[in-house]
Formats: sequence, structure tokens, C-alpha cells
Amino acid sequence: MTHLPRRCVLAGLAAGSALALSPARFAMAQSAAPIKLGFQLHRTGIGASYGRWYERTAQAALTRVNAAGGINGRPVEIVFEDDGTDPKRGAEVVDKLVSQHGCDLIFGPLFSHVVIGSAPRAGELKVPYLVCSEGYHVASGMLNRWTLQPGITDVRAQVSSMAPWVTSTLGKKVTMVFPDYAFGHDHRDFFTAAVEAQGGQIVAKIAVPPTETSFTRYFPQIPADTDVLYHVMVGPAVLTFVKELGEFYGSGARPQIFGFIDSLEAVDLAGPGLEFLEGTHFWEGHCRVKQADAPAWEGEYRAAVGVDDNGASVSDAKDVATYAHMFSVWETLSVIKQGMEAAGYQSTADRQKFVEAVEAMTGFDAGLDHVQGTKTFNGKTHQVFGQQFISKVEGGKLIRVHATAIEDGLYPDAVDYTTQSF
Amino acid sequence: MKALVLHLAVLAALAAMGFLLPPYHHGMMARVLVMAVFAIGYNIAFGYTGLLSLGHALHFCAGMMACGIAMREGVAAGPALLLGLAAGGVTALATGLLALRTAGVSFMIVTLMFAQAFHLALLYYGGFTGGDEGFPLPGAARRLFGLDLTQAGPRYAVALVLFGLVLLAQWGLVSSRFGRSLIAMRENEERSRMLGYNPFTTKLAALVISGLCAGIAGAAYGVLFGYVGASFGTTQYSILPMLYVLLGGAGTTLGPLLGAGLMAWLIDAASGLTDSPLAVIGVTLIGLVVFAPRGILGTLRQRGLKWLP
Repeated sequence: MTHLPRRCVLAGLAAGSALALSPARFAMAQSAAPIKLGFQLHRTGIGASYGRWYERTAQAALTRVNAAGGINGRPVEIVFEDDGTDPKRGAEVVDKLVSQHGCDLIFGPLFSHVVIGSAPRAGELKVPYLVCSEGYHVASGMLNRWTLQPGITDVRAQVSSMAPWVTSTLGKKVTMVFPDYAFGHDHRDFFTAAVEAQGGQIVAKIAVPPTETSFTRYFPQIPADTDVLYHVMVGPAVLTFVKELGEFYGSGARPQIFGFIDSLEAVDLAGPGLEFLEGTHFWEGHCRVKQADAPAWEGEYRAAVGVDDNGASVSDAKDVATYAHMFSVWETLSVIKQGMEAAGYQSTADRQKFVEAVEAMTGFDAGLDHVQGTKTFNGKTHQVFGQQFISKVEGGKLIRVHATAIEDGLYPDAVDYTTQSF
Repeated sequence: MKALVLHLAVLAALAAMGFLLPPYHHGMMARVLVMAVFAIGYNIAFGYTGLLSLGHALHFCAGMMACGIAMREGVAAGPALLLGLAAGGVTALATGLLALRTAGVSFMIVTLMFAQAFHLALLYYGGFTGGDEGFPLPGAARRLFGLDLTQAGPRYAVALVLFGLVLLAQWGLVSSRFGRSLIAMRENEERSRMLGYNPFTTKLAALVISGLCAGIAGAAYGVLFGYVGASFGTTQYSILPMLYVLLGGAGTTLGPLLGAGLMAWLIDAASGLTDSPLAVIGVTLIGLVVFAPRGILGTLRQRGLKWLP
């Protein structure tokens, strides 16, 4: 009788048990190779404070998706590439993610110029490009059939739905302060139209050139009869802007102040010089501070992305999240999973099927997949619509005082991407 | 003769690369070729004539905008490219007429200011120019001589032909009598004046030629890659061609290509290694200035390859 060498037996046992214990959850897949998602990340450049949190959110969402069995039974990987928040590099990154890393699709960019600069290349490569931007450029019809925005509402919907509350609650005479480039112009145009539709009036429009580093000379232009000062700023100078606004009004009388949280994303409201924000209002895409009536999944989402109840990193209370926007990354990954599973996605040959599957979606229910809230999706314009929140600074914290209805942000379709060829 | 063979060999190698490079590097090389055209323009002004401009983004972006806006309004790609070429030349002529009243550091500052003013004007008239967001060029319009420029092969071919023409034109220019007068301006303007050359018109001509190259490069970049935006008019795009030229070798015909290529792959490789790729670039450039101030080809020429064009 021949004996099997003990080493062989042990090896066989080890291999057998490994096979038996290996995660059965991936067993259904026809291919066990991971699905590779490319992430176009603003790691450096003007969008870096967003990029840092978008990467963390994407990692957290990825962990969750993989723990739940991946997509179509296949594990999922994310390849991050820095685009420097620059459109030229953005298009190169699209190339790199697709041609070099072999990614199945690309998602994640926020800044409009990067999105608009990269979308043509995504269209040429025929790769789905799911953006987390806010500009009115997907739904306006400027881009192509491969570009979708299922994770966050656009600025047109945001400002249109804010206007009724602002005019009815804060006042009808509004002065706008906005950056003098496309993002600010979207605010100017859509908010003006929405305010006038409510019987309100824009008494002054103060456009601040993008190179400005000090804002004191703009504040005297605010008319004295202003009821509401509407401000939106982005970029490195936002903190200076808000502090100088506080110095301008001091402790004296001031109009109601309504701002877009973009002005203060990743900034601690308890910081020095920001005391005057007490009692002012902000738009928030997703409430930074965990509200008393927060749904059950809110805590789970915060724990996953490493954000405490005040909206800062659990490991560093000074590291404030870009909480009002970063949910879009989490939700976009949920849509990717739903879309790929609906399309029976197996390989890059199924990219078109994936886009068609997303176009066929009509909405998303609030829950751990869609943490910000319930949404409707317009497959023709490739744009999602959802609730917006208005919060008031009370005791240095943003407390929600109003939530809009999804319908408040709807507007007529400007494009039907489904009629375009792939 | 050696120089001619070298130029043709480089073009043949680039053509071969069009068939051999893997997809990602193929696309990168097409971008590098267009940026090298921009850098050749810069080389004519800075490398040969000694005009250190910090405002070439103006001519590059003017070319891109003129071409892009024309195409948006329905002009075909061919005529639109010519408009871009003209825009680069006209902006160089207009700014050169004023900026050339200064020299040295003042010239740098004046050119920088012109470029900055142009960039802010693009943002201010965002409704027309697309502002900071810019706008994509529809794929259907991006056709030239029947070639579909949304496809990798035709795109590379067009980029290569453009680069080849500009490279040979540059070589012809700097080998000509006029080219030597440009170098004379760089080496000793007063002596050239004494010999009967008019420094103002000579330098203005160099700037206009430089602007034409920048304009056609900007226009080609828009048409080939499908996007036009004011971000191409930022100071960064004035610095880039200067870095390409310094790295490859100012005053060498092939330096712009070498610099643009090396810089592109250096940034690409560095961004995979660190979150601060620009720091790597910075260290590289400091090393270059310290150890090879004439750039790579300039140093080679100094160390023995005297025939290097």
C-alpha cells in the first residue's frame, strides 16, 4: 500500500477548505474577474477639498458593495486617478482609466469644466461617464449619451426650488453676490427667474471676478433696502469672503443672509470670524449636522464614511466633510450596481446596455442606497431630481428648517439623449 | 545633411509610433505632438530670438477659441483651423506692437498682463465664449479632408502632419538669413542694430510667427480633442511651453518635442507615485537648471554634437 506523502495531504486539505470557505457570494458570476470602476478624482487643484472626501466616500461605498456580494456576483475595484481639477488632464485621465487600466466605466468628477472637458473623450471611447457635478450641463443637452448624472441634482433645480421659500420667509428684495463665471452665472440666471416668478425682485447683482482675494469693496454695493443677501462662492477665497462680510456688517443691522453651503464646504462653522453666521440660512444638499429626526440609515452612512454627527471626520474634528455634496458619490455607486445588474453586465461589450438600463430608471427610494433621500430620474435628460434642504445656523450648528419637494426643482426637458446614437 | 536626416528620422519614428504605441500612449503622443507645435512657436520667440514671454497662453487660447466658436456657429473644421491660425497671429501682432516697447523683465510682465486680461475677458463674456466651463465640439463637425478626428488613427495622423510641417518650417526658418537675424537679436541686439537690422520689426516678426504656431496648436487641440475652454488661457499654459523648451533645449529644433514628451510622461508617471506630481516636476526642473541649463539637446550640442540643429 502506498502512502500519500503527508505534505500532499495537508496541501490538498488546505486547498479544499479554502475552496469550501471561499466567499460563495461571488460564485454566481460567469467571470470572477473584478469589475473595474474608474474614478476621476480632484485630488489636487481647486477641487482638492472635495476630492479628499469623495475618495473616502467612494472607498466606503465600495466596501459596502463588496460586502454585499459585489456587482452581478463579481467583486468590484475602484481605480483612482488624479485629474488636478483641470479639463485637459481630465480628458487624459479618462483615456488612462479606460485604455490603460481597462475600467468598465468612469464616475466621480464634480467640477463643471472638468466634466465638460472630459465628456467628449468618454463619448469617443463609448464608455459610461457618471458625473457628480452640479452644473446645468448634463440636462441642458450640451454633452452626450454616455454622460449621466444620477447621483446629484443640478444647480438649476437647486436654486429654482429654493426661491419660493426665500421670498416667502426671508424677504422679496434680494441682492445676489456670486462669482463672475459660469457657475455663478447659472445661479444668477436661474435664481433671478425663480424669484421673479414668486413676485420677488433682485435689487442688485454683484459679480465678483474669479481672481479676487479681498471682497471689502463689493459690500458697499449692497443696496440698503435689501431684504435678503444671497451669496455663493467657491474656491480658496471663500473663507475670506465670509469673514469680510462679517466685518462689514459687524454687530449692526443686516439683511437676512442666505448662502449656498458651497461657500463653506469643508469649513468649520465654529471657526474664528464666523460668529456672525449665527441666524443665517444655507442651502444644503445633505444636512451636515445629523438632525434629530434623521432616518435610521443616516447613522450607518456616517459611520461608513467616517463622519461624526457634526459633519467632521471621526478621527479629526477639524477635518470637516464636504457633506452636502459627497453623498452623490455613494449614490452614484448604488446606481452603477443597479444599472449593471439590470443590464446583466458581463464585460465592456455591455457598456451600451448599461447606459440603456440607467436610462430606463425612473427613480430611487430613500434608504441606505440613496442616503440623501428619494429621487426621480429623468432618463431622457440623464438628470436626477431630489429634495433640497435649507438649514439655519443655531448655536454654531446647521439645523434644517425646510425641505423642498422634488417637484419644486423640476423644469421642462431641454434634450432627449435617448434619441441620440451611441 | 545630418540635420535633414535627423529630422526625417524623427518624423519616421513618430509615424512608426502611430502604429506601435498601445492605445493610451497613442493618445498621449497625439496630445504631445500638438503641444510640441505650441512649444515650437515658443522656441522661435524665446529659444531663437530671446523674447521671454509669459503670455503665450493668450495666442494658444485665442486660436482655440476662434476655431471652436467658428465651428460652434457651423464653420467646417478646415476653415476654422485657419481662423485659429490667424487669431494666434493677430493677437501676437497686437500685443507685440505694445509689448516690444519694453524688454527683459518688463516684457515678461506686460505679456503676462495681456494674457491675464484676455483670460478674464473670456470669463466675463462667458455667454459667448463658454467661460470657465467651456464647451464641447460636436463629434460630427470634427472632420478634416474626410477624416473622422474622433478616431485615434486619423487624429494621430493629423497631429503628426501638423507637427511635421511646423517642425520643418522651423528648421527652414532658423537656417535662413532671417533666422540668423533672430539669433543675432538674442545674442546682441545693439550690434545687430549697428549692422542695419531693425530690432523692433525683426522681433515683431518673430513674435507673429510664434503666435501663428501657438494659434494653430490651440485650434488643433480643440478640433482633435473636442473641447474648448478658457482654462487653456490660464497662466499655466504660458508656463508649459517655456518648460518644454527649457527641458528639451532652447534654441534647438527638436527640443520642444523632446521637452513636451518628457514632461507629459513625467507628470503621468509622477501622478501615479505621489499626490504632488508638480513637486516632482519642480525638483526635476531645478536639477535641470543646475546641471544642464541649456536643456537636454542644448547640453548635448555643447558637449560634442556640434551639428545638432
